[in-house]
Amino acid sequence: MEAFLSSLVSVAFHGVAFGMILYVISVGLSVTMGLMGFTNLAHGVFAMAGGYILVSSLARFQIPFPLALFLSFALVALASVVLERLLYSRLYGASELEQVLFTIGLIFMSVAVARLIYGTLQQPVLLPDYLKGQFSLLGRDFPAYRVFLIAFSGAMIAALWFGVERTIWGAMVRAAVDNRAMAQSIGINTKRLFTITFAIGSGLAGLGGALGADIVAIQPTYPFEQLVYFLIVVSVGGLGSLRGPFVAALLIGITDTACKYWLPEVGAFFIYAATIGLLLWRPAGLFGRRA
Amino acid sequence: MKHPVGYNADARLRWTEWLPWVLAIVVFFALPDYLSMGARVLTYILFALSLDLILGYAGIITLGHAAFFGLGAYVTGMLSVKLGVTDPFLQLLASAVAAGVLGLVTGAVIMRTHGLTQLMLTLAVAAVCLEIANKATHLTGGADGLAGVVVAPIFGMFKFDLYGKTAYWWCLVILFAGWWLVRRMIHSPFGASLTGIRENRLRMEAIGAPVYARLVLVYTISAVMAGVAGALLTQTNQVVGLNVLGFEPSGELMVMLILGGVGRLYGAFVGPRVFWVAQDYLAKQFPEYWFFGIGLLLVIVVLFARGGVLGICDGLLAKFRSMRGGGTA
Amino acid sequence: MSAVLQTVKLCKSFGALTVAADIDFTLEAGARHALIGPNGAGKTTFVNLLTGRLAPSSGSVALGGEDVTQLAQAQRVKRGLGRTFQINTLFGSMSVLDNVALGVAERRGTAGKWWRPANSYAEVRDEALELLASLGIADEAPRRVLDLPYGKQRLVEIAIALGLRPKVLLLDEPAAGVPKVESERILEALAQLPKDIAILIIEHDMDLVFRFAERITVLVQGEVLCHGAPDEIARDARVREVYLGESHD
Repeated sequence: MEAFLSSLVSVAFHGVAFGMILYVISVGLSVTMGLMGFTNLAHGVFAMAGGYILVSSLARFQIPFPLALFLSFALVALASVVLERLLYSRLYGASELEQVLFTIGLIFMSVAVARLIYGTLQQPVLLPDYLKGQFSLLGRDFPAYRVFLIAFSGAMIAALWFGVERTIWGAMVRAAVDNRAMAQSIGINTKRLFTITFAIGSGLAGLGGALGADIVAIQPTYPFEQLVYFLIVVSVGGLGSLRGPFVAALLIGITDTACKYWLPEVGAFFIYAATIGLLLWRPAGLFGRRA
Repeated sequence: MKHPVGYNADARLRWTEWLPWVLAIVVFFALPDYLSMGARVLTYILFALSLDLILGYAGIITLGHAAFFGLGAYVTGMLSVKLGVTDPFLQLLASAVAAGVLGLVTGAVIMRTHGLTQLMLTLAVAAVCLEIANKATHLTGGADGLAGVVVAPIFGMFKFDLYGKTAYWWCLVILFAGWWLVRRMIHSPFGASLTGIRENRLRMEAIGAPVYARLVLVYTISAVMAGVAGALLTQTNQVVGLNVLGFEPSGELMVMLILGGVGRLYGAFVGPRVFWVAQDYLAKQFPEYWFFGIGLLLVIVVLFARGGVLGICDGLLAKFRSMRGGGTA
Repeated sequence: MSAVLQTVKLCKSFGALTVAADIDFTLEAGARHALIGPNGAGKTTFVNLLTGRLAPSSGSVALGGEDVTQLAQAQRVKRGLGRTFQINTLFGSMSVLDNVALGVAERRGTAGKWWRPANSYAEVRDEALELLASLGIADEAPRRVLDLPYGKQRLVEIAIALGLRPKVLLLDEPAAGVPKVESERILEALAQLPKDIAILIIEHDMDLVFRFAERITVLVQGEVLCHGAPDEIARDARVREVYLGESHD
């Protein structure tokens, strides 16, 4: 009984950690889809980039962990602004097919670049000593890094939600998601709003990729292999919503961890089956508004 | 060169439509050393044609078409290696049926959704197939794949030889049949209604069309074709591995079709040829740049040449005509 | 006179917002009926409820005496309900002929055939061409529909709906966004429609409404304000207040 309880706690803990990572990465995708109607399949590229930035900062440049984490957010956000202004913005009015092809092209290119620089092997994360080891809570030991990961992601999510609910920027985003034409006509500079929102969303993906580098292996095929998870989070959660993807990400994180722990043979299939079942029941996702 | 269809269009064959076939026969005699690669290109043309039917005509965007291709490839491989079924027709038939069933079942779910959810589901189907092929090692050989696929002589007469001569003709004949079928379909009222769905689903529903049923039907037909193409690939290569499944081959297929031109029928004939010839030269010399190159190509096509190679030809032709027209006026 | 289309206590609300409240409405056979009301009165929602694009929260819709509330859009079309859209909803890159022929083929039941070429279905093509001719745009048949001027695109909208041989035709602002000269042509085209088709027209152009309609229903905030002949409506003080007053701004 104790063994079962302990595995239950462990699954819940690791599941939540994975779910948090999924959310921090995917939330930007949900918002850009909802706000700009842009199908950005290359979103995982930003997460991968964040992961590589963290890994390199720690291993090659011996940059302290907190600064490395900040860099993985800031550099990715900055790069995404350049990409958005130069390339993405040309395709805002384009068809879904063109956006899909364009972003698949970006995936292919980034995979090649990652291979050139880092080779095909998974990159190890050199955590600082204070994040190694165990952390005791209620008489149980938890890996310290995961505890940090959950706490830090939680803080970021809280900051994000506060930003969207309480700031002018957030109000503008919500207005533009609801009705873009109306937002424009009341003088919201949607162009700048898109750029800023895209940068924040991409930066968060970079941060998520960096935070999760320990859980989701950073390797060149990352944008291919993880894409389906990000898309599930957004589809199940509902486009343009903040809370929906959060619930979806936690559900997926916990279910996936539980299945891989208890049913390793069929683990990966259960997520897909559950996703399909859920979408048949609610085609617009858990929190999506009906199209 | 844009292939006109619909109630206005003359459906009779034009002489230009024989060109791909003439070219294929010329290749057979002129490049005897390249027949294995030629046969592979032909299977990918069939595969690209199956994608063009749903993407170019019905407007269904899929990231997982390799699921059907891969299933077809594995069914033929397993039939031969595990069950000793070596008849080429039986292998094709079994692959077609398996891919068709998968297409029907998944299509019934996928066609109820749209947008990002639809993309996700197509990708998920491909991911599940890859996962199964990877895990069910006793059936599929897992990461090692299945080697030593045996294909009996066609009609007991034409042996699959080392140089790929038989394989080349076999693929060409099957491709011809597939092309004939697709051409019939896109010129028919059914094809016109698919174009209508692509152009405006809402209006299609408002004129009382059974949109969902037609989408599921065409998705299934396309899956069957992709399955047959996969079977041909296994018969040609005599091995099958995980590289026929997942997102990468689906993405590459898209590259091929986009390169040739979407919704043009003959784009599917141009794209894979360009792709595989380029792959043959570039990927061997600069393997690390190959992926970058096809990615860059996609981006450039989307930003600057939306009709692909055939679209560029159209543009040049129109310019040439207007220049000549300007000269005489 | 018999009713070909009837709604009883039709309601639709999105959350707290009620966009159709207890609408009782009757369209007689062969009617020339107009539905007017200020912006946001719920006119297009009402049309969507009639066609089945939206499901009502409560109430019923009957078509030719048969309750069709539970039927999908396609089945209502088969029972003779055709519509046009307020914003052009055409098959953009297809030819004008194809736009109309798709609907005709759907009605004739040949739209799913997949062997013979579409252009060998002469009866479908001829019927589409005849329809285009009756609206005065036969010459445009081979052109890409998006290359037509807007006014002619509006006529194609109507042609598609007529290709379904509707018993009831719902015209959602057929002259919206069309210059005055061209809206005359649309009115002419409407005047020539077969008398046995019952027509419900939603329109902002009051001139057009009063020249075309024999009966008018005024909708305000999802509720029926009044029914009546055009001259009664024109005299009605409440209508002047909510509607005609506004249109004179």
